[in-house]
Amino acid sequence: MVRGAIGVALFLALGEIVGRVGIVARNYLPPTSDVVRALWVMLTEQGFTEHILSTTGNWLLGLATAVAVGVPLGLLLGSVPFLNEISRLIVEFLRPIPSVALIPLAVLVLGTGTEMRVFIMTFAAVWPILFNTIYGLMEVDPQAKETARSYGSSRLGVVLRVSLPSAAPFVLTGIRTAAAIALILEVTAELFGGGRSGIGTVIGVAIYGSGEKDVVLAGAFVTGLIGLAANLALEYAGRRGLVWAHQEGGGR
Amino acid sequence: MRTFLARWLVLAGLVVAWEWATKRAEDPFFPQPTVIAETIQRRWLSGPPSHLFLSENVAKDLLPSLARLLSGWALAAVLGITVGIAIGRSQTLNDYLAPVLHFLRAVPPPALLPVFIVLIGLDNSMQLALITFGVVWPILLNAAEGARSVPATQVETARAFRVSRVRWLLGVVLPSSAPKIFAGLRVSLSLSLIIMVISEQVGSGAGLGRTLVDAQRDFSLRGMWAVIVVLGVLGYALNAGLLALEKRVLRWHVGARGQLADTG
Repeated sequence: MVRGAIGVALFLALGEIVGRVGIVARNYLPPTSDVVRALWVMLTEQGFTEHILSTTGNWLLGLATAVAVGVPLGLLLGSVPFLNEISRLIVEFLRPIPSVALIPLAVLVLGTGTEMRVFIMTFAAVWPILFNTIYGLMEVDPQAKETARSYGSSRLGVVLRVSLPSAAPFVLTGIRTAAAIALILEVTAELFGGGRSGIGTVIGVAIYGSGEKDVVLAGAFVTGLIGLAANLALEYAGRRGLVWAHQEGGGR
Repeated sequence: MRTFLARWLVLAGLVVAWEWATKRAEDPFFPQPTVIAETIQRRWLSGPPSHLFLSENVAKDLLPSLARLLSGWALAAVLGITVGIAIGRSQTLNDYLAPVLHFLRAVPPPALLPVFIVLIGLDNSMQLALITFGVVWPILLNAAEGARSVPATQVETARAFRVSRVRWLLGVVLPSSAPKIFAGLRVSLSLSLIIMVISEQVGSGAGLGRTLVDAQRDFSLRGMWAVIVVLGVLGYALNAGLLALEKRVLRWHVGARGQLADTG
């Protein structure tokens, strides 16, 4: 923890030195202190907080949609091997399509608002959730499933009460990856998709309009912080919420 | 063989259904697959037979994109594996760097575009740097995790035999983390496709990203769809290539199959 803080301090100091020493002009790569000042100014203006909230809200919505699509689909494909086999090719063609390439089309069809952003995020973030769910289901102890079956659980009952809890650590790994991807795409969709709210639009104005690099970096910094917080929260949730998995040494 | 046939049949069925639905809907936003295919054929596959029907546009759009993507990804692989293994084997280094790395990983690469543009200029090296920065994290974090979990028996054995430092890294740590590293490489490959498109949309001259922007400016929906489909096929081909390589490299690895779906 202490060392981590030292690492962060060194990183910030490096940013300050590189910005000041004049390898690159100061208004191109501003030193840390300028970025912090810009961040402070932005935070005290009330508009920026709303942009942060808008980004965070949209992002959570996108992540939730990806979970709502990915987990049931993963449960279905993971417990019916036949479906998994025959849908493989479709998945393998859809997955590599870069979601940023969909932004222009999505803007035309869905507009620049929340719907477009949620679609873009879901398209990108659903895959790690889907694959990890399927993979987690393959690792379920067959004996546990048999036992539940012989005690009279229905097929669906086995999936929900035995397979899902046992696959949960894998699902959570998928959600962690998906959270990072969704955040990046929310900000990218704000930046490239136009629209009026979100950190990405602030960055966009600073890039194409005013040219204030410190604002750009401050925006990137805030986004990084949100991602970091999300990662920590999900890690904590995994440790607290999935205690059973760690006791058996099944989690990661 | 039967599942292979079934897969292609399902895919073909889906395309037919798509054709039928778009023909009925007549929505300008959703052109028919045959129209998209025709657009692709006219742009990229209308060359002379001596060039395998590939037209000049392939050299203009596809090759620069592909070169950019592969070199950025390769650079990220070298960097990610080296630093990742260092962090994985040194608890001290890990303690110092972990928060910074997790933070940098969460920074969206497009937000850093302007910084890269002014630092490195609007050319190829900016695009390479952006791709490398964007895709290095899965490789780095997976390599670190793989290097951290070298089995204790192997560590002890290597120590007992006083294996040299180089042989220890190349002969024990690297092979042992290889399945994890490959999982990271796969995630990064699809990421580099994304960032390649972004960097070309903003940056210089040729490439698929540029083609997409042009189509967007002309409100050419079939042009946009064509680029999207080509990107999908390209991603599929790259992924298939990497999987084949992985199968060859990890043939010796008993647990390799079990690691395939893991994307840390």
